[in-house]
Amino acid sequence: MKSKQITGKESGSSIREFLITALIKAAGYSAILFVGMIFFFLLLESFPALREVELSNLLSSRWYPIEDYYGVLPLVGGTLIITIGATLIALPFGIGTAIYLSEIAPRWLRDTLKPLVEVLGGLPSVVLGFLGMLILSPYLRIWLDIPTGLSAFAGAILLGGIAIPTVVTVAEDALDAVPKSYRDASLAIGATEWQTIWRVTLPAARSGVLTAVMLGIGRAIGETMTVMMVTGNAPILPTGLKNLFSPVRTMTATIAAEMGEVANSSTHYHVLFLIGIILFLISLAVNVAASAVVFRQKKSQGHILS
Amino acid sequence: MTMKLSARQHKQRLGFSLLTLMTFLTVIPIIGVVIYIVYLGFPAINLEFLTGFPREGMRDGGILPAIIGTFYLTLGTAIFAVPLGIGSAIYLSEYAPDNRATKLIRIAIINLAGIPSVVYGLFGLGLFVLFLGFGTSILAGSLTLSIMTLPVIISTAEEALRAVPQAFRTVSMSVGATKWQTIRKIILPQALPGILTGVILGLERAAGETAPILFTVAAFFLPSLPNSPLDATMALPYHLYVISTQVPGMPIKIQYGTALVLLVFVLSMNLIATTIRSRARAKRQW
Repeated sequence: MKSKQITGKESGSSIREFLITALIKAAGYSAILFVGMIFFFLLLESFPALREVELSNLLSSRWYPIEDYYGVLPLVGGTLIITIGATLIALPFGIGTAIYLSEIAPRWLRDTLKPLVEVLGGLPSVVLGFLGMLILSPYLRIWLDIPTGLSAFAGAILLGGIAIPTVVTVAEDALDAVPKSYRDASLAIGATEWQTIWRVTLPAARSGVLTAVMLGIGRAIGETMTVMMVTGNAPILPTGLKNLFSPVRTMTATIAAEMGEVANSSTHYHVLFLIGIILFLISLAVNVAASAVVFRQKKSQGHILS
Repeated sequence: MTMKLSARQHKQRLGFSLLTLMTFLTVIPIIGVVIYIVYLGFPAINLEFLTGFPREGMRDGGILPAIIGTFYLTLGTAIFAVPLGIGSAIYLSEYAPDNRATKLIRIAIINLAGIPSVVYGLFGLGLFVLFLGFGTSILAGSLTLSIMTLPVIISTAEEALRAVPQAFRTVSMSVGATKWQTIRKIILPQALPGILTGVILGLERAAGETAPILFTVAAFFLPSLPNSPLDATMALPYHLYVISTQVPGMPIKIQYGTALVLLVFVLSMNLIATTIRSRARAKRQW
């Protein structure tokens, strides 16, 4: 296909044209190369951990690297509890905002508010962590009467905020892509706008909205600086709702906090890479699932149109 | 019938109010955060703060090394990510056949976009700092940040290239231009504002990130500015992290001042990008 294009259509093309085409093609494939390289290096650096640390140690609930306790469960649990909390916040607010912007708000308001939400997406996470430490957690401590405001709850609130722009942007695009004729047909048979939103527009955009939620969750799982600054960093395995209001430690925060202090190629160093590869695989799963939804949606839309 | 209708409309009014409330609960904190940082950070801003070195264990003086460091890192990221990102976008928009390999490229780009920033930091440490021996340096940090930035640049640039009508290509090729001539002389100039928007948005993200530079470039404190790409450097996001968690007795004014400088750095890039985008949309003739 490729060679036919060059030799056929552009038979007079110079070496220059050929070289540039080759360069562009290489750039095109670079993304695959980078994902492969990232996976390879994480694997390379994390593999010794599996040899040096027993599996029962890795799967225990004690993370205390100074005494060679490398139980990752508290860290996985910390990530899980904060991600669930963040999702519970980002899901209603993100989708609610997306529906408001796409279906209800007048055009000028939408054109003002959407860039503002995107600004939130652009705020450096270290700035949000900084404000979380200085403002949010002291207030949480007083309001909820807990020993410290640096808790999973503070992390969940901020991560919810960080995930919202992703959810809003993607979900709003999905809602906006629903053909106007769908809404018109629904309104014409006597449905209210509210019924149209819930029974026609939202179901028609469901795969895009689902993608939005998954990408938002992915964003929350991978967030590092904010959680490191506001969650108190105590590697305690969460066992119930009460842990939401006490300090926890996520996988990302553990890597960020400890990698700077370990000796290269020590056991601790390799275990941190192992946590890195777990994060990589989680984000891979979330994103492949999200893109599978997008690809399927495109296909089914094609069916409807043809 | 009328009763039922009014109940339905009542429900709709309630629902709309709820969604409006949610939207404003989402938006108001954003405005609040920005105003708050400007309000508390502004008193710290003066010539010495912007052009001086930190003194008294960073509790006094300026943040020049951090500003310069972030500038170098952004520039370094641009050097690597811009040609590669635009090249990749050109491939996807103008060359790529609709087959499995192309689908794989797209999945790879989506994945690059989703990889946690701290994992990029690990990768940069493993490959650039240790394996290739660049050490903790601007070079290693820029390369790490540029791979992280690629997906943003690729997807926005591709969108901009695809928006150029097919007729432009057909006409150019029909008067005898080669494919590359068509891309360089016709397509790229038309798509330039959109590409620029993507590039700036990508660099904005690179400028504000902390986790990828933690182990690849960032220095706690340096007495002098970096002299070569192989030097480590201070950087604004990392500096803010350091002075808000690692230094006891840090004056709050300097913390907010640093946050404000970082915010201005990042948000002005955002503003430039959105301005270019809306101007180009208004001027577009197709």
